[in-house]
Amino acid sequence: MMWLVCGIFLITFAGVPGLFCAREGRGAERLACFLTLIGTASGLAGVTRALLSDGEMIFDLPWSLPGGRLSLCLDPLAAIFILPLLLVVACGSIYGLRYWPQREHPENGRKLRLFYGLISGAMILLLIASNSILFLMAWEVMALSGYFLITTEDHKEDVRRAGFIYLIATHTGTLALFATFALLSQISGSLMFPAAGSLPIAGSGLVFLLGLFGFGMKAGLIPLHIWLPGAHAAAPSHASALLSGVMIKTGIYGLVRLTSMFAEIPHWWGWTILVLGGISGIMGVALALAQHDIKRLLAYHSVENIGIIALGLGLALLGRSYHLPELVALGLAGCLLHVANHGLFKSLLFLSAGSVIHAVGSREIDHYGGLLKRQPWTGALFLGGAVAISGLPPFNGFISEWLIYLGAFLPLRQPSSMLELAVFAAPALALIGGLALACFVKVFGIAFLGEPRTAAATQAHESPVSMLVPMFLLLLACIWIGLLPSTLIPLLSQAVVHWSVASGVAVTTQALTPLNWVSYVSWLLLLLIAVFSLWLYVRSRKSPRTINTWGCGYQFLQPRIQYTSSSFADSLVGLFHFGLLSERHGGKVTGLFPEKIEFSSHTPDLVLDRLLIPLFHAVAGLFRFIRTSVQNGILALYLLYVALAVFTLLAFFTF
Amino acid sequence: MEITNPLLLTVILINFFTLGSARLGACIRIVALQGALLALLPLAVHGFSLHSLVLFSGALLFKGVFIPLLLLRAIREVRIRREVEPVIGFVPTLILGVLMTAGAFLFADFLPLAVEHLDSLFVPTALATMFSGFLLLITRRKAITQVLGYLMLENGIFIFGVLLSEALPLMVEGGVLLDLLVGVFVMGIVMNQINREFSSINTESLTALKE
Amino acid sequence: MLANLVLHLFILLLFAPLLLGIITKTKAWFAGRVGAPLLQTYYDLNRLWRKGFVFSRTTTWVFLLGPVVGLAVPLLAALMIPFGALPAPVSFEGDLILFVYLFGLSRFFTAAAALDTGSSFEGMGAAREVTFSCLAEPTLLFVLLVLARLSGGLSMNTLLGEHLLASWRSEAGASLTLILVCLFVVLLLECSRIPFDDPTTHLELTMIHEVMVLDHSGPAFGMILYGAALKMMVLGALLVRLAIPWDTGWWLTNSLIFLAGLSVLAVLIGVIESAMARLKLPRVPQVLVGTSLLSIFALVLVLR
Repeated sequence: MMWLVCGIFLITFAGVPGLFCAREGRGAERLACFLTLIGTASGLAGVTRALLSDGEMIFDLPWSLPGGRLSLCLDPLAAIFILPLLLVVACGSIYGLRYWPQREHPENGRKLRLFYGLISGAMILLLIASNSILFLMAWEVMALSGYFLITTEDHKEDVRRAGFIYLIATHTGTLALFATFALLSQISGSLMFPAAGSLPIAGSGLVFLLGLFGFGMKAGLIPLHIWLPGAHAAAPSHASALLSGVMIKTGIYGLVRLTSMFAEIPHWWGWTILVLGGISGIMGVALALAQHDIKRLLAYHSVENIGIIALGLGLALLGRSYHLPELVALGLAGCLLHVANHGLFKSLLFLSAGSVIHAVGSREIDHYGGLLKRQPWTGALFLGGAVAISGLPPFNGFISEWLIYLGAFLPLRQPSSMLELAVFAAPALALIGGLALACFVKVFGIAFLGEPRTAAATQAHESPVSMLVPMFLLLLACIWIGLLPSTLIPLLSQAVVHWSVASGVAVTTQALTPLNWVSYVSWLLLLLIAVFSLWLYVRSRKSPRTINTWGCGYQFLQPRIQYTSSSFADSLVGLFHFGLLSERHGGKVTGLFPEKIEFSSHTPDLVLDRLLIPLFHAVAGLFRFIRTSVQNGILALYLLYVALAVFTLLAFFTF
Repeated sequence: MEITNPLLLTVILINFFTLGSARLGACIRIVALQGALLALLPLAVHGFSLHSLVLFSGALLFKGVFIPLLLLRAIREVRIRREVEPVIGFVPTLILGVLMTAGAFLFADFLPLAVEHLDSLFVPTALATMFSGFLLLITRRKAITQVLGYLMLENGIFIFGVLLSEALPLMVEGGVLLDLLVGVFVMGIVMNQINREFSSINTESLTALKE
Repeated sequence: MLANLVLHLFILLLFAPLLLGIITKTKAWFAGRVGAPLLQTYYDLNRLWRKGFVFSRTTTWVFLLGPVVGLAVPLLAALMIPFGALPAPVSFEGDLILFVYLFGLSRFFTAAAALDTGSSFEGMGAAREVTFSCLAEPTLLFVLLVLARLSGGLSMNTLLGEHLLASWRSEAGASLTLILVCLFVVLLLECSRIPFDDPTTHLELTMIHEVMVLDHSGPAFGMILYGAALKMMVLGALLVRLAIPWDTGWWLTNSLIFLAGLSVLAVLIGVIESAMARLKLPRVPQVLVGTSLLSIFALVLVLR
C-alpha cells in the first residue's frame, strides 16, 4: 500500500516543479513526465502486490479527518478501475511531450501539466478512499482540475463556454452527492464506508436516486450528459483521453460502490439503470453518427459506452434482486470489464485523433481523407481502436459485450416473471453495436481512406515516435484482453464477490469459463486472416498501382465527389430523426442547370440545446421581467416596499 | 382448438400488414382474407352445427366477399391506388400496432376470464384487432382506409362474439352483421358524396364543413 | 470430432458455390432460357484464381483486407453452426453472439475496403450496407432469443438441436414459423438478393454489395465471390436446420437431407428473384423494421 501512496504523491505533484522553471525550457515537461512514469510504476507495483496477496489491503492513518479516520482500502473492485487508469495516465503523459510541448504553448503548458497530475492523483485517491469526507474531497479536486484541463485554451470562446457548462453540471452533481453521503451516514451511523452488503434497505430509495443523479451526471448517462460532448471536444487530446477514458468512470465506480453497500436491492433500481443504459446507448451512438467533429463524435461514443456499462450494471442489480448469482456474475463482470476496455480503446482513439488533428489542424472529419498513406501508423492504430470500440472480435470490446449479452440471455430461464423483459437488453445491445460499427466505418473510411479532401490533408505528416508509442501500448492492452481474456477471470470473479457477498467465487468463475473458447476462436480468426493476407500479399506484390479508380464511366474523378461523413450517415440519421431532430439548411436543386447552392446539416444536442438552454432562457426572461417591473428605480415605489414590509411584519406579529 | 391458434395468429399478421402497407388494393384483399379466416372460426370452435354454419356463411359472404367487392369497385371508380400521406408514417404506425398488440397480450393476462379462455389467443387477438382498427381509423386520411379500419374493428368484435355466441345466441352475430352493413353503407354513401363535391376522398376536406 | 470437422469443411467448401449456380439456373428457367451451367460459379472462381490484379492508385492495404476478412469470417462461422443434423465442430456456451459478431467484422472490412477506393459509388454502397445491416441485427437477436427460450441453452448446437422437433409440434410452432420468415428476410438482405439488392444489375447507383466490390479484381474478387457463397451456405444452414429438424442417425443421409434442403432454399431464392421486383431503397428500412416487429411478436408469443 505504501507503494501506491507514494505513486499518488508523485503523480499528483508531478507538475509542481515545472511552475518554478522557465516558461520556454524543456526540462520541466521532461521532469513532469518522468515523475508521472515513476509514480505510475510505483502505483502499479502497489496494486499488483495487493492483488497477489489475495484481495483487500487497508491503510489506516491515525490522522483524524472530520467524521472518521483517514482510511484507504484497495480491493479488487477498485483495482479494476485503477489499473487502466495508471496505463492511460502514463501514456497520456508521454504523448503530451510532443503533442503539447512547452515551447509551442508557453502560456498554458505548465497549467495543463499541473492539473493533469492533480486530476490523476485525485482519481486514484477517490477510488481507494473508504471515508465519505475523503472521497468527496478527492471528488472535488478531480472535478475542479477537470475544469482547468477543459479550459486549457481559455482564450477561445467555445472552450470557455464548454468549461462553464461542465462546471455547472459537475457542481450540481456534487450537491446531490453531498446529500447522498449525508443520508448514507444517517443510515449507517458513521461517515466511513460501510462494509459490502451491510446496510438495511429501509429508507435507501432516496439515497439511490440522489446517488444516481450525482454519479450519473459525472458518468454522462442521458439525459445527464449535457456537459460531456463540449468538454471532451475542447480539451487537448491527451486530456480528453483522460477525461473520457477514465474520469467519467468514477461515476460508474460510485454507483457500483454505493449499490454494493446494501444487503438487498429493490427491483426498481436495476430496471432504472437498465432502461437508462439502453437509452444512453442507443441515443448516444445515434448522436455520434450525426456528428462531423471527430472529438465530439468520440465524446458521444463515451455516452454510448457508458450506456453499455449501465446495461451490465442493471443486469447485475436485477440478478441480486432476483437472487441469480450467475446473472450477477455475468452482468457485473461485463460492466467492470467494459469500464476497463472503454478506458483503453477510447484513450487510444482520442490520442490517435489528436495525432490527426496535430497533422491536419482541423477537427472536421470532412477535411481529412487519404491519411492512411500519410500517417500509416496513426491510421493502423486508429483502425485497431475502431474495431475494438465497435465490439468486434478479436479485440477487447467484444469480450465485455459478450459477457453482457450472456447475462441478457439468462432471464429466459426464469419463466413467467417480470425479469423476462430484461432480455430486451440483448437486441438493444445489437442495435448499439450495429450503429457503432456504422459510425466507425464512417470515421475511419472518410478520414483515413480515399483521397485527401483538403490541401492540409495532402500535406499531413506522421507523428513522432513518442506520440505513437503510447498509442501502441494501449492497442497492445486491447489485444491482450481480446485474445487472452481468461487471464482476467480471477480478478473479475474476486471483484464480483466483493460486490455481492452472496455470489461465490466458484459460481462466478464457472460462469466466465466459456471465455477460454472465445479466445481460441479469436486466435483461429487471427491465424486465418494472417494466412490469407500473406498469400494475397505475395500474389499481388508485383501488381502496379497505376490506374485510377473506376468512376463508373465518369471521367473527371476528383476528391470532392467522394462520399462525405454527412452523406455516409444520412440515411441512418434520417431513421433516427424522431430523436435527433437534425437541422438541414439549403440543398434544394431546381432546374436543369442549377446555380451554385449551399447545403449544411447540423445536429444539436438533444437535451442541452433543445431543452435546457431554451428553458433557462425562459427562466432568465421571467426574472428579467420581474426585475424591470419591481426594480424600476422609482423612489416612491421603493418606499412603498418598505412600508409594505413593515406592515406585513406588524401584521405577522400581531396575529 | 388445434386449428384456431394458427388462424388467430394469421389474423394478427394481417393486422400488421394492413398497418404497414400503402397499397389500397392489397389492403382491401388482405382484410377480406381476414374476414374469410374469421368466418372459419365458429366452425373451428363450435363444430358443425346449424348455428355455426349460419354464422360461417354469413360472415364469409359479408366480410369476405360482398364488402371487399364494394370497396374494390369504389377505388376503381375514384381511381386511387395508394394511401399517400398518412397522419403518422407507416413505420411508426406499425411500431404502435406491435406495441398495442403486445399490450393486448399483457392486458389479457390480467382480465378475469373463464378458465378455458385463459391460455387461448382469443381475447388478446380480439383486443389487438380492435386496437389496430382504431389505429387505422385514427392515422389514415383516405375514407377507404377508414372503412377498412372500421371493418377491422368489427372483426375484433366478431372474435369476441364467437366466444360468446353460445351464451347469447343470435344476439351477437345479428348485431355484428347489421352494424357492419349499416356502417359500410353509410361510409359508402358519405364517400360518394364527398367525392362528388370535392373530387377527392380525403377526409381532411371534411373539416371545411365545420362552420 | 476430427471426422466431424473434416466432413463439415468438405460439405462447406465443395458445395457452397453450387447454391449460386442453382439460383441462376432457376432464374433462367423462369425466363425461358437455358442459362449458364450449374457449375458456372466454379468456372468463374477457377478463372479469377489465375488472373492478375488491377489496383487503383488510391487504394491501400485496407483494400485487400476486405476480401481476406470476407473469406475468413464465413469459414470460421461455419464451424459454429450445425449442418442439418450434423453437429457443429466448435460449440460452447455463448457461441451464438460470436457468430453474429463475426459477420459484423466482415461487414466492417468490406465497407472500409469500399471506402478505400475513394469512389462515390462505393461510398454509397458502403453506407447502404451498414445502414441496412444495423436494422437486421436486432431481428437476428430476437430470433436467437426465441430459440434460446425454446431450447434452454446458449450454444448453436443446443439452439438448433433436438428440441426443434418437439417445439414444432407444441404451441411454439407459430413462433417458429414467424422466425423462419424473419430469418429468410435476413438471409435475403445479408446475401444481397432481390428484393433488397440486385446481384446482377449493372447500374451502380442501385446496388449495395456489388457496388462495394466494384474495384476488386483477380484472386481478390474470387475470394469475395467464394466468401459470399460460403456466407449464403452458413446463413442458409440456419434456415434449413430450422425447417428440417429431423435426425436420421446416419451421417450420409443427414448430409444428403441437408444438401437437399439447401437446394430447395436456393430454388426458392431463385423463384423470389424471378417473381419480385427490387424494393425502392427508402422502403427497405420499412420492411426491415416490420421484420423486427414480427420477430418481437414471435418472442412475445413464447414468453407468455
